[in-house]
Amino acid sequence: MTKLTLMLGASALAFAAVANAQAITIATVNNSDMIRMQGLTSEFSAAHPDITVNWVTLEENILRERVTTDIATGGGQYDILTIGNYEVPIWGKQGWLVPLEFDAAYEVDDMLPAIRGGLTVDGKLYAAPFYGESAFLMYRTDLFEKAGLTMPAEPTWEFIGDAARKITDRSAGINGICLRGKAGWGENMALIGSLANSFGARWFDEKWTPQFDQPEWKASLQFYADLMKDAGPQGASSNGFNENLTLFQQGKCGIWIDATSAGSSVSNKDSTVADKVAYTIFPNKEGVDNHGNWLWSWNLAIPTSSKNAEAAKTFITWATDKAYTELVAAKEGWVNVPPGTRTSLYENQNYLEAGGFADETKAAMDAADITKPTVQPVPYTGGQFVAIPEFQSIGTTVGQLFSAVLAGQSSVDDALAQAQSVTEREMRRAGY
Amino acid sequence: MATRQTATIARWMRLPSILVLLVWMIVPLALTVYFSFRYYNLLNPAAGGWAGFENYQYFLTDPAFWQAIRNTLAIVLGVLAITVVLGIAIAMLIDQPIYGQGVVRILVISPFFVMPPVAALVWKNMILHPGYGVAADIAKFLGLQPVDWFASYPLFSIIVIVAWQWLPFATLILLTSLQSLDSEQKEAAEMDGAGFVSRFWHLTLPHMARAITIVILIQTIFLLGVYAEILVTTNGGPGYASTNLPFLIYRAARLSNDVGGAAAGGIVAVVLANLVAIVLMRVIGKNLD
Repeated sequence: MTKLTLMLGASALAFAAVANAQAITIATVNNSDMIRMQGLTSEFSAAHPDITVNWVTLEENILRERVTTDIATGGGQYDILTIGNYEVPIWGKQGWLVPLEFDAAYEVDDMLPAIRGGLTVDGKLYAAPFYGESAFLMYRTDLFEKAGLTMPAEPTWEFIGDAARKITDRSAGINGICLRGKAGWGENMALIGSLANSFGARWFDEKWTPQFDQPEWKASLQFYADLMKDAGPQGASSNGFNENLTLFQQGKCGIWIDATSAGSSVSNKDSTVADKVAYTIFPNKEGVDNHGNWLWSWNLAIPTSSKNAEAAKTFITWATDKAYTELVAAKEGWVNVPPGTRTSLYENQNYLEAGGFADETKAAMDAADITKPTVQPVPYTGGQFVAIPEFQSIGTTVGQLFSAVLAGQSSVDDALAQAQSVTEREMRRAGY
Repeated sequence: MATRQTATIARWMRLPSILVLLVWMIVPLALTVYFSFRYYNLLNPAAGGWAGFENYQYFLTDPAFWQAIRNTLAIVLGVLAITVVLGIAIAMLIDQPIYGQGVVRILVISPFFVMPPVAALVWKNMILHPGYGVAADIAKFLGLQPVDWFASYPLFSIIVIVAWQWLPFATLILLTSLQSLDSEQKEAAEMDGAGFVSRFWHLTLPHMARAITIVILIQTIFLLGVYAEILVTTNGGPGYASTNLPFLIYRAARLSNDVGGAAAGGIVAVVLANLVAIVLMRVIGKNLD
């Protein structure tokens, strides 16, 4: 009898322990900052022994496909999603994400305003930023000096065009400028979209009519195509972020305009030109007051289908507050802390001294305004993207058409005409 | 009496597997047909209801549709031409008694065991890349400008990769067929004074006809669905230059999240595959009788 009671008691205890221990599943991207977070799981477990963490780490596009399917069908596989600031406002509006409210110790007001604005719908924060980036211009001081050029504080595209052509020395393997050409809404369209913004172009007018038939787009694409032909690397139509990073690190680019997160990679030991790099703001067309408004952040969010929202929130708080930054700094050095989410990081002397790009990164992030992507009035928010569900498809198709221009398979006019009709079609289908 | 009884039992024994196969086939097909008539976009839960033929209309009028059909057929025909012609040649070569025959045969067959995405990545980064690829090194050695294959000749590059993967299959089937050719017939033909060309034309080729038919039929089924190689190398571009029908469906399903449109595209692909199968059976199927 006593034996039986004991056994019953023991199993009841075991049950209680199981019920208390919560398991959360986190879907994330295989970028270095996230891998680092995964590596620090044991630190989290030490502080929260009642929460077990499972990781699903995937390549960006595959992650996006999985996560989109899961959330749209209410699958509930994941408790924390790693999503971009493109998805957050759309999914937040659909009611698919749990609004996040943090206590005072988290210091929500420390978040960079541009980033926070991109994750807020109707005054509610739907995700916590893990790291953020804008775009800036990286250039080789030695090549500029050799060509007798001085980089102005705010270069125009006209100046950059001339400078890139002057620096180009193909026999020495030096390309004046490296820009993304690989098709994709997050690849070449991020660059071309920002470039078009800084030329005064817009994706849609106030009535959601596509604007590729307007002179601003023609000027943007023509400038991009001519510049890449005269001063770009060979095979540019298949170069994305990583390809250009390699080219720049090997000293084959004079100028590279891309995400601010590249700053640590071009100035670390992998780069052969680390001591000859300088940074400045994203260029604009003469007379257009716009620096592209490129703004991207990877964020952690909780889907409403999660059954462990409380535990998930505990993890998000741990991974995105100031203490996490210090933890990474202590273990891996200040250069490797996730950048671009908190004002305090850019006031931290240790961080400012660790890399030469902190000030320019902060300036670029502050300049990006996703509520006003271009100088003309638009019905959408966004920067290098348009924050509507249809953009993923439209951006990729248009990206293909523009990539064909770089590959010499299509003319600027043909590509724009096709982009116009494809976008009109998609928007009609979506019922705008 | 006993035979009739066994036949009845056999029929009953067959039934479960037939049922399983039927369900296996019918359920996905029925669901695809159902979704193809529905408005169903993953990112737009507000849209719903019956769409009539709108999904089909939308898919068929896609600006990339006709090019995708042309590309699909070009991939099938291009790969078939390369694999059959080279397959016959290689089969005849390795049919000769040579030193190290076993090793040579294994080497010839091995590309077939490489996963398509892996093969495509190797071709993309190590062979055809204009900067680091072997092709570029050869071009530079010859004093030529390296070619950016996937940008300049996207469809051709994909055909080459897929053909490289399927060549071993063709070679293997054709080799077994060659081995079944009676050597006495060959000797007789030789003694009658038939040269290499006429021996090949009148003896070897007719003997291989059935094997060639099998190669064409089986490969066509798989080549209509080529997808991984495109995703990994060109992503359907530049423009639509290397978009085929499966890739167009992928775009509808995964980039537009348009389940209805993608389902309609799937049905279109099924119809196309059946059309190709009917034509093939009419043209070359008689070899199998």
